[in-house]
Amino acid sequence: MFSHPLLVLGIETSCDETGVALYDTHRGLLSHALYSQSEMHSEYGGVVPELASRDHIRRVLPLIRQILSAAGVDLADLDAIAYTQGPGLAGALLVGASISAALGFALNIPVLGIHHLEGHLLSPLLSKPAPAFPFVALLVSGGHTQLMEVNGLGLYTLLGETVDDAAGEAFDKTAKLLGLGYPGGPALSKLADEFVHSGHSKYFELPRPMLHSGDLNFSFSGLKTAVLTLMHKHEMTPDTRGAMAFAFQEAVVDVLAEKSLAALAKTGLTQLVVAGGVGANRQLRNTLCRKAEQIGATVFFPEFEFCTDNGAMIAFAGAMRMQETSDQDKRTDVFTINARWDLEMQGLCT
Amino acid sequence: MHHSDHVHFTHHLSGEAATLALGAEIATGLHPGLIIFLSGNLGAGKTTLVRGILRGLGYKEKVKSPTYNLIEVYKISKLYLYHFDFYRFENPHEWEEAGFREYFNTDSICVVEWAEKVGGLLPTADLRFFIHIAEAGRDVEIHADTEAGRLCLKRWQAALKGSDFLNP
Repeated sequence: MFSHPLLVLGIETSCDETGVALYDTHRGLLSHALYSQSEMHSEYGGVVPELASRDHIRRVLPLIRQILSAAGVDLADLDAIAYTQGPGLAGALLVGASISAALGFALNIPVLGIHHLEGHLLSPLLSKPAPAFPFVALLVSGGHTQLMEVNGLGLYTLLGETVDDAAGEAFDKTAKLLGLGYPGGPALSKLADEFVHSGHSKYFELPRPMLHSGDLNFSFSGLKTAVLTLMHKHEMTPDTRGAMAFAFQEAVVDVLAEKSLAALAKTGLTQLVVAGGVGANRQLRNTLCRKAEQIGATVFFPEFEFCTDNGAMIAFAGAMRMQETSDQDKRTDVFTINARWDLEMQGLCT
Repeated sequence: MHHSDHVHFTHHLSGEAATLALGAEIATGLHPGLIIFLSGNLGAGKTTLVRGILRGLGYKEKVKSPTYNLIEVYKISKLYLYHFDFYRFENPHEWEEAGFREYFNTDSICVVEWAEKVGGLLPTADLRFFIHIAEAGRDVEIHADTEAGRLCLKRWQAALKGSDFLNP
């Protein structure tokens, strides 16, 4: 798909994670690294607060050295640098922007600001088998819940999104209500899965918010209130807790799956791509695969490391953008962030 | 905090519609420079109340939870309203690191959820709302801790007094 070999360094610092990667347009992803909390604990000792871990400054340079060394390349080999320009936390974004601007200036190579969600939308193309354009993307994480029609690079149409809480956020907060800690989304899913296999006797029914709203928008805020109401009415035993976890997960998965299928029907497309951390949810995967099969559609799930925030998707999006950008537009003086930035505001959407 | 100036009142809300209606009523008394803290358990309706306030100010778009981003920014005509959520803070010093202090200025309204996670580092609130989950619906307790807050509270109290439009 690319004519000239290009080596792109990608830097993602939009929120809590620091992600860096090297993408070669001929050889693919050469190396990538993500600063996770577990690594941080071993390096600094003790518990580091989640948001203090947003101290990207300390992490980004060692990480870049690490991936250069892992790939056996030099800074001088880079053809371009791509960084997450937004949306995200302004202070966090500035770290990636300033490192990129400095490196770009020093190496005299182009610097590209990438939209965080564009990175997520294109990340499935890093997997094998990869979907081909066009496809519908369900982007579902702690910070986002959106359905997008992806017709090509820069050709994104928002089909629907959450009007309040993101699905992952609803998972984490409901887990907290159920006494599973925060963020406890994965713990809630585990509890729900165990409950199904436990020969349960209890069953709760929760609403399916906006299932029949006639559009492709979501609302998950009311579900945690619904769980809270259940908790006030019932004695909390391990069995009721499991039943509530199951009911909650079933409600979220049902709505996500139904709306995703509706998006396929509306666009007439037959490929669904699931990106974002909630894409790891087993019940969501099973339900989507089952329902898609019934209508002859295919579902793609990127590897989990590309589902969550990562540098690879930014390096990859940057490489694709480099191929589409004319030489005179390749700038070395980019130093911009957009903390609030709708993907459709890029002016590149259909 | 001046305890002599401290006034408060409690109002019952029957459901989400009543929470939104209260938000709209609150919006009529707001002006730039006010700082409001919202307290209440997960699912109590803090963000719903903020949605009501924004609707009352004429903002028609989506009002999303700020938990993930820590802040949502709303610009309504010339007015800036910053909706903060510090739920994910584990340490008050993260507030300093996040660089949010500059948002608390005389030109904007700041509404803060989970201010308790930052403790004493935050500027003093003019108004503090406590949303309690009640038998049926919610009880909202509104405290005014400054002169500006007290003026707002008086105005709302007069508007809400004897009216049951909030609980249709």
